[in-house]
Amino acid sequence: MAFTLYTLLQTAILCTNAIAVLHEERFLSKFGWGVDHGVGGFGDDPGIKAQILTLIRSVRTVMRVPLIIVNSACIVLLLLFG
Amino acid sequence: MKRLVSCVLESSVFHNQADEPNMRLRTNLVDGSEGSQLFEDTSGAASGPQTGYSNQQPGPQAAGFPGQSILSDPMSNLAMAYGSSLASQGREMVDKNLDRFIPISKLKYYFAVDTVYVGKKLGLLVFPYMHENWEVSYQQDTPVAPRIDVNAPDLYIPAMGFITYILVAGLALGTQNKFSPELLGVQASSALVWLIMEVLAVLLSLYLVTVNTDLTTIDLLAFSGYKYVGYVHHLSMFTFSSPTHPLLPFTYHLMIVGVVAGLLFGRPAYYLSLLWCCVAIFVFMIRTLRLKLLSEAAAEGRLVRGARNQLRMYLTMSIAGAQPIFMYWLTYHLIR
Repeated sequence: MAFTLYTLLQTAILCTNAIAVLHEERFLSKFGWGVDHGVGGFGDDPGIKAQILTLIRSVRTVMRVPLIIVNSACIVLLLLFG
Repeated sequence: MKRLVSCVLESSVFHNQADEPNMRLRTNLVDGSEGSQLFEDTSGAASGPQTGYSNQQPGPQAAGFPGQSILSDPMSNLAMAYGSSLASQGREMVDKNLDRFIPISKLKYYFAVDTVYVGKKLGLLVFPYMHENWEVSYQQDTPVAPRIDVNAPDLYIPAMGFITYILVAGLALGTQNKFSPELLGVQASSALVWLIMEVLAVLLSLYLVTVNTDLTTIDLLAFSGYKYVGYVHHLSMFTFSSPTHPLLPFTYHLMIVGVVAGLLFGRPAYYLSLLWCCVAIFVFMIRTLRLKLLSEAAAEGRLVRGARNQLRMYLTMSIAGAQPIFMYWLTYHLIR
């Protein structure tokens, strides 16, 4: 169980990539998790599903550009240093 | 092996130095108001500014006398005043920039502890069953410092517990002849990683359930760090309770309780202590989180229906239930 901070970094990058890859139209709408399904809850109780959808959309919007940079850096470093 | 013992001894002495940070805070305040005194001390003594800090109390009387001859010259008087104002400006700039990255003033609140608080809190962590009032008292909308209120979260115990856990883990590995210095670093980083993952998981679940609490991230860090006290307790129970242990003569002043209860040897002592600490931290977590996470009515014990309250209850239970699991997981591989 030797976790290091490096594995934490790897996990974070992989998870963020995984969330960013979920496509709205092709994938999420088939589950009923598209944009139009999530925004319904006004008031003080959005519910878990709406929260998850908001989280996915915000991660996609915010982390798109930094993820491109970080992924390219990872690819270059892994190519150079194995 | 002797190095390990001295490390553990030193770390147990650290627990008694809780009032040192208070003294250091006070001398820092004195520095800010008497900048010229600081210059006097560091130029006069050959030793560094550290001894200048500790000499603050007898300093003001002694430094005035040799300063008379230097201060009489108006030119150097001016230079002295300019230098001290430059120093205070530099210190302000450093403070402001550092405050942007690490909220130092907020962190200081979590370390404002004293020996009585630490003692009471440690007792509460091991035996939370008799304590009646778990509410954190407030003072004009800000929580009261941990020195005054025993229910307030702090970061001193988790930090010290973490360091002690790593040292005792090294000791436990050493008694099984599995110790090497790299293992200390490995233990430290994996414990840190589990802590960060747990705090992130709790934050995520709090966000998903849309609970409006005043629990900050640092509060969660403090609560997650309290289980290190339990780790230390049962690891040392295991290490110090074997009859053929070479360190047995040293253990009498380190962990009296462990030795007395270590009439059962080795593993049974570990399992007993594990059971006790798991139940204790479970109850402690539930009682602390109940007031912060649940709604008013549910916190007082009345049964409140509604999906949202049930969800909050499940959340509290699972956060508290994850603590014994972590406790078992992070110590079991050390005694195998």
